[in-house]
Amino acid sequence: MDLTTNYLGLRLKNPLVAGASPVSRDIGMVRQLEDSGIAAVVVHSVFQEQIEHEAMRADHFDEFGAESHAEAITYTPRSTASAYGPDQYVEHVRRIKEAVDIPVLASLNGTTTGGWTTIARSLQDAGADGLELNVYQLATEQYQSAEDVENQYIDILEAVRESVNIPVALKLSPYFSSLSHFATRLDRAGVDGLVLFNRFYQPDIDLDNLDVVPNLTLSAPHEMRLPLRWIAILDPIVEASLAATTGIYTWSDVLKLLMVGADVTMLCATVLRNGPNAVVEILTGMQSWMEEHEYESVHQMQGSMNHRTCAAPAAFERANYIEALQEFS
Amino acid sequence: MPRPVSTIDGNEAAASVAQRVSETIAIYPITPSSTMGEWADEWCSQGKANIWGTVPTVTEMQSEGGAAGAIHGALQAGSMSTTFTASQGLLLMIPNMFKIAGELTPTVFHVSARSVATHALSIFGDHSDVMASRTTGFAMLASGSVQESMDLASISHAATLDSRVPFIHFFDGFRTSHEVQKIELLTDDDLRALIDDRLVAEHRQRSLNPENPVLRGSAQNPDVFFQSREAANPFYANCPGIVQKYMDRFSDRVGRQYHLFDYVGDPQAERVIVLMGSGAETAHETVSHLTEAGEKVGIVKVRLYRPFDVDRFIKALPETTKTIAVLDRTKEPGACGEPLYQDIATALMEHNSYQGNHFRQIPKVIGGRYGLSSKEFTPAMVKGVFDELLKEKPKNHFTIGIDDDVSYTSLGFDPSYITENDDAVRAVFYGLGSDGTVGANKNSIKIIGGETNNNAQGYFVYDSKKAGSVTVSHLRFGEKPIRSAYLVQNPTFVACHQQNLIDKFEMLEHAEHGSTFLLNAHVKSDEAWDAVPAEVQKKLIEKQMRFFVIDAYSVAREAGMGARINTIMQTCFFAISGVLPREEAIRKIKDAIRKTYGKKGEAVVEKNFNAVDRTLDNLVEVSIPNEISATYHRPHPVAQEAPEFVQDVIAPIIAGNGDGLSVSKMPVDGTFPTDTARWEKRNIAMEIPIWDSAICIQCNKCALVCPHAAIRANVYEKDRLDGAPTSFKSAPGRGADYKDLRYTIQVAPEDCTGCGLCVEICPAKNKSETRLKAINMTGKHDHLEVERENYRFFLELPEFDRRTLKTNTVKDSQFLLPLFEYSGACVGCGETPYVKLVSQLFGDRAIIANATGCSSIYGGNLPTTPWAKNKQGRGPAWSNSLFEDNAEFGLGFRLAINKQTEYARELLTRLADRLSQGLADGILGAGQFNEAGIADQRARVKTLKEELLKVDCLEAQYLLSVADALCTRSVWIMGGDGWAYDIGYGGLDHVLATGQNVNILVLDTEVYSNTGGQMSKATPLGATAKFAAGGKQSNKKDLGMLAMSYGQAYVAQIAMGANDNQTVKAVVEAESYEGPSLIIAYSHCIAHGINMTKGMDQQKLAVASGHWPLYRFDPRRAANGQNPLQLDSKSPSVPLRKYLENENRFRLLLKSQPGQVNAVLRQAQDTVTRRFKEYERLAKSIVQEEPEQHANIQKPPGVVASAN
Repeated sequence: MDLTTNYLGLRLKNPLVAGASPVSRDIGMVRQLEDSGIAAVVVHSVFQEQIEHEAMRADHFDEFGAESHAEAITYTPRSTASAYGPDQYVEHVRRIKEAVDIPVLASLNGTTTGGWTTIARSLQDAGADGLELNVYQLATEQYQSAEDVENQYIDILEAVRESVNIPVALKLSPYFSSLSHFATRLDRAGVDGLVLFNRFYQPDIDLDNLDVVPNLTLSAPHEMRLPLRWIAILDPIVEASLAATTGIYTWSDVLKLLMVGADVTMLCATVLRNGPNAVVEILTGMQSWMEEHEYESVHQMQGSMNHRTCAAPAAFERANYIEALQEFS
Repeated sequence: MPRPVSTIDGNEAAASVAQRVSETIAIYPITPSSTMGEWADEWCSQGKANIWGTVPTVTEMQSEGGAAGAIHGALQAGSMSTTFTASQGLLLMIPNMFKIAGELTPTVFHVSARSVATHALSIFGDHSDVMASRTTGFAMLASGSVQESMDLASISHAATLDSRVPFIHFFDGFRTSHEVQKIELLTDDDLRALIDDRLVAEHRQRSLNPENPVLRGSAQNPDVFFQSREAANPFYANCPGIVQKYMDRFSDRVGRQYHLFDYVGDPQAERVIVLMGSGAETAHETVSHLTEAGEKVGIVKVRLYRPFDVDRFIKALPETTKTIAVLDRTKEPGACGEPLYQDIATALMEHNSYQGNHFRQIPKVIGGRYGLSSKEFTPAMVKGVFDELLKEKPKNHFTIGIDDDVSYTSLGFDPSYITENDDAVRAVFYGLGSDGTVGANKNSIKIIGGETNNNAQGYFVYDSKKAGSVTVSHLRFGEKPIRSAYLVQNPTFVACHQQNLIDKFEMLEHAEHGSTFLLNAHVKSDEAWDAVPAEVQKKLIEKQMRFFVIDAYSVAREAGMGARINTIMQTCFFAISGVLPREEAIRKIKDAIRKTYGKKGEAVVEKNFNAVDRTLDNLVEVSIPNEISATYHRPHPVAQEAPEFVQDVIAPIIAGNGDGLSVSKMPVDGTFPTDTARWEKRNIAMEIPIWDSAICIQCNKCALVCPHAAIRANVYEKDRLDGAPTSFKSAPGRGADYKDLRYTIQVAPEDCTGCGLCVEICPAKNKSETRLKAINMTGKHDHLEVERENYRFFLELPEFDRRTLKTNTVKDSQFLLPLFEYSGACVGCGETPYVKLVSQLFGDRAIIANATGCSSIYGGNLPTTPWAKNKQGRGPAWSNSLFEDNAEFGLGFRLAINKQTEYARELLTRLADRLSQGLADGILGAGQFNEAGIADQRARVKTLKEELLKVDCLEAQYLLSVADALCTRSVWIMGGDGWAYDIGYGGLDHVLATGQNVNILVLDTEVYSNTGGQMSKATPLGATAKFAAGGKQSNKKDLGMLAMSYGQAYVAQIAMGANDNQTVKAVVEAESYEGPSLIIAYSHCIAHGINMTKGMDQQKLAVASGHWPLYRFDPRRAANGQNPLQLDSKSPSVPLRKYLENENRFRLLLKSQPGQVNAVLRQAQDTVTRRFKEYERLAKSIVQEEPEQHANIQKPPGVVASAN
């Protein structure tokens, strides 16, 4: 049985990819994932703010309190102040690449163009097989139009594409007025893949301290329906690879997403919850089902139930809404 | 091939040689020599090898005494060894120096010569330290400039090997050690050419070696000691010749010729000045001017002071010499003259006595003092001395540079005599430490020195404050050599980087006619003229200056630079000073930015480029009208109601005019009044906290954490509000004790530094707008006038009756008047809240011994002191002895007080019958355990003193002199971890062991903060610090555990930000304990590289992570069968990493050694976890057992001892 798939021009041994998550902070865990059968890994994101903040913070503290008092011209050992070694994230990617044989994709998370994108080149040099750009933008500015927001994505994509020759995927949020239109724009701009979807962590309120606090919850299984719908819709109209992420827990989730057109499915929450064994279970389940149903390859099922190829495309559209409501009535 | 040139300072120049010709280096930080050790350590940690191809070992010791001992040992074991020190540090080395010299051991100690503390400490330069060590047997070689400090360093290292006489190579602290000059660097090959490897081998052959054992350091008796001492004479006799040999060899190779005594001047000179150090450069410049004018004058620069070569000295003088003035940069009270003068006088007398015929007539010699503690020494003063030599009876034992209206030693001079090069650019910049002015100027010097043929010189003057400190940079550029070892006298360019500084300093007073003035001001260009006071307008008009203005803070904000205006002001300087063509200058600035910031990331480079471009768009020339139009004048530095001494002495120092104060204005013994910081209104905050009485829950935490006592709390009767300013805020008092009273939190708007700690700690939030608290940072401009009036009214409110307060609570402790206020400590300092708390609780009866360090600087550096007095005139009596002896110094206080108390009680018993009935018994039986008891005793003692005046007997007079000792005294011994863990640990340990009633407060910043962040034994594992650039490899010393082991000491570890209740409780308990108490207080610090506004949050993390367990060990509990140790913090609840990641000292490790970080973090986490468990075990150990089994329980020795 042929489980291979193509993603961003990379040939993967199966469609299971470890999505960007804290799992990749531990190189030992990445190794275990490889042993469990994962086909590629997306390293946890490095944030634009992190890169810029680190640079600014280092700059600030190198000179913090310096040249203010005759006895303490500086407070920092000069060698550490000036000896900036390789960026920690780049170094981590390099070490993961050394530790495993599967493709390693680095993940950059930011919202504007600027000097920070130069890290893309460093990541390529560190051995990254591809980049996932996570434009985690909440358009909160009342004067910023939808087009402005989309243009920003294009600008970032182009800035990164200019500095590297490895494939570049964009991780999108579902909050676009016209996702199909925008996806085709990105396609034309040369994106190698779209990763659907990014989840925004929604903040919470701490009633005791009257503080707004971050709140991190892992995706739930039902959330895979959203990427499922949009991959089905986009698969027929974009050239770029499509990756499904969010709420993928079981082998049946994977099969469904492959059928609507996903090239790969990204596992995060289930690996965080269940460890590398989740990969083994999904792979085994997939294979059993495919054998039982006499599928020869993943390729065979990919896109077989997308918006164009399925029997009832309206189910992916507004009609689905009507049908769903009728069920309740 | 030409040698490389570089713009570096004297310390780097000397260290560069020392590091390359040494194998083992032992050091201890002391200003101004610290950076020599730091450079050596940096180079070695970067793997820079010496001339023999191996990287020297650098070891930081616990004191200079320790460093000297380690050097002595290394030398005995055959190593090429060196050290760097100054001042008291050199004095601590003296015992070893006698040994090293007595054993004829080659080494060089590089000394940036600094004043030895006498009536006061001074970090600045003179020769009192090296002169104090002149009897050790070390040779002494003096450098006078940055270039010389490199050249003569190399010559001293070569000569010591050949002569076997150890050397002090010294140069003037700050004036040379910190002056930046463009110099030619010596190459490794230059050093190899000087250092004779055969002599190195011989040194090794003489070492202690079991293969060829010898004994050195024997004890000798009267029969042979004397002869043995004389046996070394030939080595000293040969030494001068050897030094000259290497000076000649140096000249052959490098081209600069030195002599043991270098003469400069007219070959037929009649008047000659003899001196050494940087003053000789100024004298050289002056003599060049005078001889051009035809004057028959000259100077002798003394290079080799010991061994003193009389013949060579005499020959260095012109035979025409008639009068000689010997200038000493030191003072030897009671001597018949200062050391160099005595040597010169003796040399001339010997020459004369032995029929020497060098001179046409025997010269007359006078001696004088100059330049103590870096006092300016200018060409005008040199000329003043030469003028004195013209007199028939020149004044001997004179001083120059001051006005001595007490002993009339001072010579007059004409300050208008100026010799600065006409063609040089001379620039003076007034800025703040925090705005990056000095860094930018150093960068400019590097650009000009490195990219042009100009010579370049920079010297930087810092004030004594750590918060809002003012810096003045003095830069010279020009084609001629720069020998001006004094501040710029008539600048061609003056820049004021902070608008408010033009109100404080007369910066245009000496500006050259037609020069340029650049002002950073938050004004539109058409308002700039009106933004300067009348005095400045007058100078601008009179001197026909050009006037430029820029709103640098706006440009900085727009460019993303925050409050750093360094790049902006540097760009302005290059754009208008003409030192380089404008376009070329801008290009070079950008190149320098790329070079400096490139490694930090593109974002940093971009913001600086952005700043340069925006600067050029915003720099405006202001046209100068013909008439003064300003409506305001420069304000007086202190309020008119300030006491006379403050007006006469303190105010001129604040205004930067201290040089003009005459000798008669000075206290004769270094005694200064306290309570003076209140007169120095510094106004350094941009934002101040404003109280919202409706939201406040009256917890007083804001007042507790305020490092500068600029937030005050008070409760008072309602009728006290009569006459209050309408803007004065108050609220009904909360809580049963205060329900009928009014409550106010008030900011001192001119004293607040704007740190924001009060706002961060405030627990009350505005329920309608949760971003607001009960106290909120607000732009000062809109509140200054109103709050100034409010604060004035607030200070007039009576202090709440101390006797009724529960002073062991946070809230009540903050109703006590702080007797430590408005210090110069850093913005957001983590130490001063503890110091202030002690002053509130016990200040009215405290006597304080303060170790040298941050706390002695913000506590005792002129012009003002934060130590204050209450309305009764009582307050802390404070003194700083040294760094190393503070615990012993404080113990001395206690011993004296105890003796006086005992004596007073004896006398009182004897005189009881002659006093009112019951008075003696009342005093003798008084319990002074609380505020009421203390107040009652004070009243009794007051009565006693009144009655004693009427008792006519000697014993009554005796009792009168010691009667104050009948009132309780609170002895406090304060200092930082450098003192307590390292240099003063032996003394601290001993004081704890004496069992005497002293209170020791260790302000633990875990690093030498005052000298710039060197590792101490309090530095935690993994933290980077100077001398631990790769992260400290060993654990922090557990000082508290060591102290507990005595069992008789009260020990507490506290962190105010984590548990303020425990802090107040521990301080009160410690003071109440009638034995030694040790409080170790976590003090966040600027050296940690943290956001200081979040300092208290970081303290919380320190405790929550287990890094800083809170505990109290009270021996009194053991007497009750309780475990003396109470652990006051819970088991670690957050990983250590969460604490570490907030601090640059730990993050640097991530940057510099990303590969090792995880291993270090694991080790640090393990250590913290293990230590906490150990504390938990100890805190539980007794309570789990039956009381009668205490003595047999496994627990720290201290517990056993106290239980017994």
